[in-house]
Amino acid sequence: MTLKNNYNFHIGTMAPLSRDHVDTDQIIPKQFLKSIKKSGFGPNLFDGWRYEDEGFPEQDPKERVLNKDFVLNQKKFQGATVLISRQNFGCGSSREHAVWSLMDFGFKVVIAESFADIFYNNCFKNGLLPIQLENIKMKELFKLAEENQSIQVDLVEQKIYSGDNVISAFEIDPFRKESILEGLDEIGSSLKFSENITEFEENRRKDSPWIFRS
Amino acid sequence: MPKTLYEKLWEAHEVVQRNDGTYLLYIDRHLIHEVTSPQAFEGLRIAKRQPWRISANIATPDHNVPTTNRTEGLEGITDSVAKLQVTTLDDNCKQHGITQFDILDKRQGIVHVIGPEQGVTLPGMTIVCGDSHTSTHGALASLAMGIGTSEVEHVLATQCLVASKLKNMKICIEGELVKGVTPKDVTLAVIAKIGTDGGTGYAIEYCGKVIEDMTVEGRMTVCNMAIEAGARAGLVAFDNKTFEYVKNRPFSPKEEELIQAELQWRELHSDEDAIFEKRIDIDGSLLKPQVSWGTSPEMVIDVDGLIPEATSESMSHALKYMGLESGTKLADIKLDQIFIGSCTNSRIEDLRSAAEIVKGKKISGDIKRAIVVPGSGLVAQAAMKEGLDKVFEDAGFEWRAPGCSMCLAMNPDQLGDGEHCASTSNRNFEGRQGYGGRTHLVSPATAAAAAIAGSFVDVRNLEK
Repeated sequence: MTLKNNYNFHIGTMAPLSRDHVDTDQIIPKQFLKSIKKSGFGPNLFDGWRYEDEGFPEQDPKERVLNKDFVLNQKKFQGATVLISRQNFGCGSSREHAVWSLMDFGFKVVIAESFADIFYNNCFKNGLLPIQLENIKMKELFKLAEENQSIQVDLVEQKIYSGDNVISAFEIDPFRKESILEGLDEIGSSLKFSENITEFEENRRKDSPWIFRS
Repeated sequence: MPKTLYEKLWEAHEVVQRNDGTYLLYIDRHLIHEVTSPQAFEGLRIAKRQPWRISANIATPDHNVPTTNRTEGLEGITDSVAKLQVTTLDDNCKQHGITQFDILDKRQGIVHVIGPEQGVTLPGMTIVCGDSHTSTHGALASLAMGIGTSEVEHVLATQCLVASKLKNMKICIEGELVKGVTPKDVTLAVIAKIGTDGGTGYAIEYCGKVIEDMTVEGRMTVCNMAIEAGARAGLVAFDNKTFEYVKNRPFSPKEEELIQAELQWRELHSDEDAIFEKRIDIDGSLLKPQVSWGTSPEMVIDVDGLIPEATSESMSHALKYMGLESGTKLADIKLDQIFIGSCTNSRIEDLRSAAEIVKGKKISGDIKRAIVVPGSGLVAQAAMKEGLDKVFEDAGFEWRAPGCSMCLAMNPDQLGDGEHCASTSNRNFEGRQGYGGRTHLVSPATAAAAAIAGSFVDVRNLEK
């Protein structure tokens, strides 16, 4: 069983990262991809932006110089569990380490105007909820974030609240919603179709045998 | 009903629709490298699962390998963390009996170079790899997509990908390219036009006279950067050029099977009236050599253009990071390093195109380092047979061993803080080529010319 985060409701404060095209190289720079684990990436999330000095694997984060202006280092955004950003968040490489880093740091939800395909997909495999909202709603969230207001994300209802007010409803594919609600073992559920896969494979082997040569 | 090439490839691999509405898409070929696979193999071990079909997988280490001291094999990797990742790939491949071109194998190279080179990736296939530049293989009329590590594990365990259909986009590039304008310039110009999210949710099929006239290696350069336009997959229809390219490769079908395969492959094109949700037209004859100025692959201008005015927060940030001012000529940027390599531009034709410009000349004294990193051991071998290594070395370039190298700088090949590099790679993100490094994406010809001049020059003028 692959254990994943699963939840139906989240309440938390927001960290506002007001940039378009935040790429996965920024989310977790390449020097940290040498790890063979899925954990421990949190201290190096946004490493190039978060610290004044160059980051290397196995450094003690306490010894490093913080970039005080960067959002995650500002006092009022400490403890934020919702990251909000602009267009095309997560573009670039397919590294799932980007999702692991955000989660390891403590983020549960990422809300942006738009997401890159592979990153968006990788989120659901791990239980990080990406929510896409239109520009005007994002403006409202950025304002609330600056005021350090918390929001409630109701995944069942597909709504985001501030106090009792609905800020926005959001769209999400039913199967993706379920994967976060249930924290399903996707491989296990695909393997229930083993017979279909075998049958397909046998036909393909007959039609295109060269694909199966090694 | 008329179908697009993407729809044909999709339908030929649809296994079943899952209860949640997604599909299981059968995967013919899975390419594996050291960076995105260890956690997937670990996942299999924890769940006590076995790979579904061993022969579907081919592995090679490419991201982490050094480009010097390669005769020493693993001992040549001085970074112990990187070494562990490479030996973990060795162990996983041995344990499961997966074919690997290891660090000492002469076929080792960048996964997207060796796939087509070996005939491991072929027309009509579905191909995945834990690397976004898997879109490269779409140049062979295959459906090739980058995936994350959870999907790597899923493909290993089930030989399928959980997928939903993409939309279809057609990018038509008509006319004829001017001499000196290359496939790299075409793909950069496309990204500049549609933006890095213009292709999000789409499979892009590239077509038109420019693509028809282009070599298969050139088409790989174009499809390679489909992901930089946001599209998971880039595609080019099968034609005689594809056929000539794929036959006689070590893993490609032979004799009777080749005849059978060709019959299927000839169908790999979009039908005449197929519906594309989006269509972009570009006049190829108007294209000029392209150079990126910023920190996103859409921040690209013509080689004779000026650094633009910032019209967004991202642009001001990029200008600041790059140490550039609006209105500056590209030619006025002082270059420190030159990198010719990467899955975008490290094939034999790329090296020939750069060597042609370099031949008999010396690199500028202002250039601190210029390196050529061939895409695979076999590309290196072919280049050396033609004497290209000597051409580069005589000019002052370093001739290195194959790997991803300075494209993402996971190995020791890196830019210094603030250094400007003319690079034939695919991403100019902040810090991508080294901490504080400033990348300018260009074609091999433009990189070569920049090495000689010490700054950007218009290769169209050189060739007159």
